[in-house]
Amino acid sequence: MDQPSASRVNDFALKVATVNGTGSASANGLLLQALFRMGIPVSGKNVFPSNIQGLPTWYEIRVNKDGYTARSPEFQLIVAMNPESYARDIEDVVSGGWVLYDSTKELNHEFRRDDVTFIGVPLARMCVDQFEGARTRILMKNVMYVGALVALLDIDMAVVKGMVEEKFSHKKRLIDANYQAIDLGYNYVRERFDHPLPIRLETMDANGKSVIITGNAAAALGCVYAGATVGAWYPITPSTSLMDGFTEYCHRFRVDPDTGKHNFCIIQAEDELAAAGMVIGAAWMGARSFTPTSGPGISLMSEFIGLAYYAEVPSVFFDVQRTGPSTGMPTRTQQGDLLLCAYASHGDTKHIVLFPADPKECFEFAVKAFDLAERFQTPTFVLLDLDIGMNDWVIPQLEWDDSYVQDRGKVLSAQELDDIERFYRYLDTDGDFVAARTLPGVHPKGAYFTRGSGHDKYGRYTEDSDAYVEVMDRLLKKVESAGDHVPAPEVHRGNAAASHGIISLGGCHWAVLEARDDLASRGIEVDYLRVRGFPFNEVVEDFLEEHDTIFIVEQNRDQQLRKLLINETECPKEKLVSVTYYGGQPLSKGHVLEGLAPFLEKTLMEVGS
Amino acid sequence: MSYITKPVARHPRMPVNALGLTARDYEGSMSTLCAGCGHDSVTAALIQAFFELDVEPHRLAKLSGIGCSSKTPTYFVRDAHGFNSVHGRMPSIAAGANAANKDLLYVGISGDGDSLSIGLGQLCHAIRRNVNMLYVMENNGVYGLTKGQFSASADIGSTSKGGVANRQGPINPVDLALSLGATFVARSFSGDKGQLVPILKAGMSHSGFAFIDVISPCVTFNDHKGSTKSYAHTREHMHEVIETDFVPLRAEIKTAYAEGSVKAVTMHDGSVVRLRKVDDKYNASDRGAVLEYLTEVRGRGEIATGLLYLEEGGEDMHGFENTVDTPLVKVPYETLCPGSGALSDLQKEWR
Repeated sequence: MDQPSASRVNDFALKVATVNGTGSASANGLLLQALFRMGIPVSGKNVFPSNIQGLPTWYEIRVNKDGYTARSPEFQLIVAMNPESYARDIEDVVSGGWVLYDSTKELNHEFRRDDVTFIGVPLARMCVDQFEGARTRILMKNVMYVGALVALLDIDMAVVKGMVEEKFSHKKRLIDANYQAIDLGYNYVRERFDHPLPIRLETMDANGKSVIITGNAAAALGCVYAGATVGAWYPITPSTSLMDGFTEYCHRFRVDPDTGKHNFCIIQAEDELAAAGMVIGAAWMGARSFTPTSGPGISLMSEFIGLAYYAEVPSVFFDVQRTGPSTGMPTRTQQGDLLLCAYASHGDTKHIVLFPADPKECFEFAVKAFDLAERFQTPTFVLLDLDIGMNDWVIPQLEWDDSYVQDRGKVLSAQELDDIERFYRYLDTDGDFVAARTLPGVHPKGAYFTRGSGHDKYGRYTEDSDAYVEVMDRLLKKVESAGDHVPAPEVHRGNAAASHGIISLGGCHWAVLEARDDLASRGIEVDYLRVRGFPFNEVVEDFLEEHDTIFIVEQNRDQQLRKLLINETECPKEKLVSVTYYGGQPLSKGHVLEGLAPFLEKTLMEVGS
Repeated sequence: MSYITKPVARHPRMPVNALGLTARDYEGSMSTLCAGCGHDSVTAALIQAFFELDVEPHRLAKLSGIGCSSKTPTYFVRDAHGFNSVHGRMPSIAAGANAANKDLLYVGISGDGDSLSIGLGQLCHAIRRNVNMLYVMENNGVYGLTKGQFSASADIGSTSKGGVANRQGPINPVDLALSLGATFVARSFSGDKGQLVPILKAGMSHSGFAFIDVISPCVTFNDHKGSTKSYAHTREHMHEVIETDFVPLRAEIKTAYAEGSVKAVTMHDGSVVRLRKVDDKYNASDRGAVLEYLTEVRGRGEIATGLLYLEEGGEDMHGFENTVDTPLVKVPYETLCPGSGALSDLQKEWR
């Protein structure tokens, strides 16, 4: 058990509980940004309902001087602003922790706990006294708790006020109101409570080259930098902000300065099926095209994905995963679409899938996805999840190499078509399993018939067994050969050869790293490999072979990564121990340690003896 | 077998078009449809239309969904780019393709099953988007490949081959297109090439979504007595309300019409479509009146045909999206990528 009453400088987690639709998001964003600007490693997780207004919503902030930014479910401080969720919120604070609440109404004694300190600030009353208008009062209440936190946590007031000034530079009146609200909260706490609390902040210098960004925004930016011109989509949480981002950046970077016309085309489709069709149509013409969606969208797109696989049309799909099955919990995170994406569609299919762990990789893998899709002429998936896609992450700033050249794969130019006698769409002339393609309208010799029906290597319709099998076999080898081109696994090894290893992916990474360090501090070395792409390659195969027991850490019930490894590698399944968490929150260190504990007990005893 | 290559034989005195191509150059592989299928006549009309329009084969994109009708793109313009996609989803492929490359000519071939059942949503939204393409719906009232089930265009009381009468109301594709704001709506008959070819040509010249409902009888499953989509029934009840004459750009106008009966519409590409009213009451540019007239004709048990509604000069999908004049596939990467400087500037806002 932690001892929160002991001083914890730059090492704690707090949770703000508010009501959806009351403007608390901007106050919480302000808070996160202030801590970021103080140079402290920080992460924010928005836990929100599938609702527009009125239901409880939470924002979790973790600061950690050592840079651990995975979700921590141990909250030293709760900012309880929603009486409706008081019971569970107050229960959530660790023993010895603090509860900041609105004391305008007396706190029901049922909620009282002896082992936590209650800090009552009459926020609503002060708002009513000081501000006019219902909406202003609601908004200012949020800003006021930020002011209280400035005093309680020792947040740099100059940083907070500087941000208010930046944010409302065009509305002076709002600056004054916000300042007033901050000061009210701040002064009330200063005059009545011990401050700062033992959990407090000190300025550091950890964020010099970092930015705050969501994975969806980063992926959208990746699409802009990759040169994608056609985006088709159907709105679905939690992927919508990816297309919002693409739209924003295109309007910023892609509007022709002379004519005001768009060097992009974004189509809001009638459903996910149509979105997939548009992506495939545009890609057929030679445009880099993509669609952002979530699990239900992939289910709907599956028929088209099979067409793109079989007809070999490069196409990029972003799946920002949410909790399934069916509608599931649309505003909670999960890694439940692994198997769906790896094998989407009927018949024999297999696809390239990339697994970014943070927004930086979302940006990089978005670009990579277009290169892979075009090089291998096949659907390519980028699997984000709600946590990566929608939450604010502090990451090293994104870099762009201006010498980047798009990998368009084998696309025959008019000149090349002039020089060949005859073009056959699916003929692999150089043995790398990829046949050259042509783009419509380029050259009379380039014409061919694209179809999802049986075809031979010349691109002709066929119902002949051998001709069909020949193409299907090449397709399998083609996609498997992509294993050496997807982002390489990230491997972490200890000093000595460890017998235990962890394999994980995506957003689990941060909790796994923290858990692994925790174990190492107790003398237990566990190697770790993070897969970053599918198909798997030799590095994954070797790691599996080198370790006696491999823990597969993932966020779904059905052990999908484990099953994919069993399916796609030579590893005996007995060696693969599943560690899953699928409750909808981002993974935390505790989930990993709990999962490993039964198997490591023996090792622990050995270390202890 | 559609991969059986048709021999390309040219008669030395066969007429050639402006590109020096003969009508044979606009053919495709051998049809695998039933002998006498209406769809083969539509294919023949398309071949003639493309030949007469001097279409460069490789600049034509021909798309389809699934079904008998959707097999036909293989049977015309062998040197065009074809895309036989999935059932009912051709409009989305066409929209995406057109978004990427507005310079090509697009023709989509579909059927009543493909368009009015599984693909009804996509058809509706392609109309709303006004995707610049010719959309030919070969309408026979049945599912042929799966052996004669009623489609959504089957009329009430129309009987199947086994004698069962359809009891559900039909979706009328012309009414549907008109009500959704389609800018070019026509109905024709596969057995009337004289009417069909000018309409196809006008549709290709139209800037926007050109919808043509072509009654195209299924000889195997829906050409019997009792069917309202048979050759006999269609011939007997066809009522041409407007005759269409297509005059390509720069061509001399030869046909003479009585004054007042002809309306000339200049298309986006400069060609002219001349509409001659058969019925004085008819006004092909008044959507409400057209719908009313069609209802009246249908009430008499007749099938109104012709270029029923035409509205030229509206915005198409690219107009709505305000895309650059250059097709997006031809915009150089340097224009698309903002570069490292812009990325670094942008990120200053994220601190």
